[in-house]
Amino acid sequence: MDLYEHQGKELLRSYGLETLDGVVATTPEEAREAAQSLGGTVAIKAQVLTGGRGKAGGIKVVHSPEEAEEAARRILGMDIKGHTVRRVLVESGAEISSEMYLSVTVDRQEKKPLILFSTEGGVDIEEVAERDPEAIVRLYVDPLLGLLPFQLRQLGFSAGLEGEVAKGVGRTLTNLYKAFEGSDASLVEINPLAVTNDGRVLTLDSKVTIDDSSLFRHQEIADLHDVAAADPGEQRAQEAGLQYVKLEGNVGILGNGAGLVMSTLDVVAQAGGEPANFCDVGGGADAERISTALDIVTSNPKVESVLFNIFGGITRGDEVARGLLSALDRTDLDLPIVVRLDGTNATEGREILAENTPPNVHTEETMLDAARRAVELAREGGR
Amino acid sequence: MPILVDNNTRLVVQGITGREGAFHTGRMLESGTRVVAGVTPGKGGQEAQGVPIFNTVGEAVRETGANASVIFVPAAFSGDAIFESLDAGIETICCITEGVPVHDMLKVSNYLPLKDATLIGPNCPGVISPGKSNVSIMPRDIFTPGNVGVVSRSGTLTYQVVNELTQRHIGQSSAVGIGGDPIIGTSFVEILEKFEADPETECVVMIGEIGGNAEQLASEYVQGEMRTPVVSYIAGFTAPEGKTMGHAGAIVSGGESTAQAKSEALQRAGIRAATNPSEVGSLVAEALGVRS
Repeated sequence: MDLYEHQGKELLRSYGLETLDGVVATTPEEAREAAQSLGGTVAIKAQVLTGGRGKAGGIKVVHSPEEAEEAARRILGMDIKGHTVRRVLVESGAEISSEMYLSVTVDRQEKKPLILFSTEGGVDIEEVAERDPEAIVRLYVDPLLGLLPFQLRQLGFSAGLEGEVAKGVGRTLTNLYKAFEGSDASLVEINPLAVTNDGRVLTLDSKVTIDDSSLFRHQEIADLHDVAAADPGEQRAQEAGLQYVKLEGNVGILGNGAGLVMSTLDVVAQAGGEPANFCDVGGGADAERISTALDIVTSNPKVESVLFNIFGGITRGDEVARGLLSALDRTDLDLPIVVRLDGTNATEGREILAENTPPNVHTEETMLDAARRAVELAREGGR
Repeated sequence: MPILVDNNTRLVVQGITGREGAFHTGRMLESGTRVVAGVTPGKGGQEAQGVPIFNTVGEAVRETGANASVIFVPAAFSGDAIFESLDAGIETICCITEGVPVHDMLKVSNYLPLKDATLIGPNCPGVISPGKSNVSIMPRDIFTPGNVGVVSRSGTLTYQVVNELTQRHIGQSSAVGIGGDPIIGTSFVEILEKFEADPETECVVMIGEIGGNAEQLASEYVQGEMRTPVVSYIAGFTAPEGKTMGHAGAIVSGGESTAQAKSEALQRAGIRAATNPSEVGSLVAEALGVRS
């Protein structure tokens, strides 16, 4: 789960990191009031869960409450890479002398938290890595031991930090690691980490991603989930315990098991079609689940045909076929549905389908044939 | 020969009285697995499906000589369950549970090398050595004993491929589901090493997907160290960036995590790569010199 900048900063502040004062506004009037109360120069920053908002015009530095209102009016409602801006962060200004980069992530290969630090901040760290790999200090942490004092010294000396800045970065990193661990984050990134003219080390912008699997022990973070920003289908699927990702094509796809469904998407693309979604209904042949999944998939208006790819394992093909028929009974779908059933008792399952299915349901034996059929039907226009 | 689990496997089921634990214990017993103990704290002294229940894994090991464990406890308690198995001296641990917090797995993974143990999973279907031992939730009916090793990050794709092999009368030595999470106990390379060391495994099928760089590391290993032929399949070419595709670890985050990058690494290493799961069967037949 990704946090908005203002949420991430609030979390980091609770771990002792220093940020600028800021107020969240949802209307231009609120932005004006916020600018008034903060005083002086402020930045109006679009709150969206995507990068590149600066380039898109989502950040504006203003010098009066009137300008703040005007800027907020322009930014609120703006579309940034498909994300609608519904909130802005009105934040005090600061005199910045330099910008650095600091993050903690999970390194999958080493199975350890990885700290990245660079004195070149405010730009994309991947660009820095490509242009000048030496400018990035990398440090692994043993999660059983935590971040050790010598590692802070090591980082400071490797990066050539001195005096108050070295101390400030050390303090920031100590607290950032605590935030990473304490909130079950998979990423905490501060970019830029700014040094002010009066020597303070400040979190100017933050990106925080929390491990979804740990949300059960962080209710306060789980509550921050922005239902309004989620795709309605994805939101419904989440509530129903289904795995669903909306895509751009017109072939709706359902199946059992993440790997098989991913593979089904690929095979549809190979057959010249475009998948409309990813949807894993999980094991079992629960009619309720299948009908909910069918409903979510077909509520996407782009969908012209549906491909249902099932491998009967512990749940046998005949049970799956009955589950599907009962799910179809509950809906009045007239879109073409291609069913491919394989695995344990697949023959029995296909027979049951052949005897009982409505005319819009087609069965195929292989994944490739099913994909081709679904693509053809989508091309003909199912609706 | 099978790897990881065989006739000498003496299994303890952690969470034996839960819904999933009970159901799959029954299936593992039907497969002939020697399920010697179950653990459910507070139910020690009782029995489940004829299997004695203990309060702790330590007690189960002392009383029954269990040397492998399979974990069905809820995600919030799975990290702890793995530590308990490790502490009791269990050699092979399969954690089936999905949704184990990443930070729990970071701690487990860094403790694991201090013990002489292998952890498979979490978020995996387990390990099956057809005809010998079944420490998994896999549908055993589709398996048949033989000489092809299977290692995969996905359960259903494993079933799909194994079914294909069995229909071609190509049997399997062992099938290992290593799990779909970002941090897992054992990755491709360690399993490939075990198959390579087994004189009877004549071909290995490796099924990968988007996320991380385990397939690239495996490609290097196959090219540099392996004599046994490897057939591979990668899923997720159409996955968009930044979206989790069902498995917590299946996410494209640029660079090496894409299916394209993995596929290129496999090709550079000269590994036979199938373009769809069905093609795996014919490529294995080809590698084995079997007429299809």
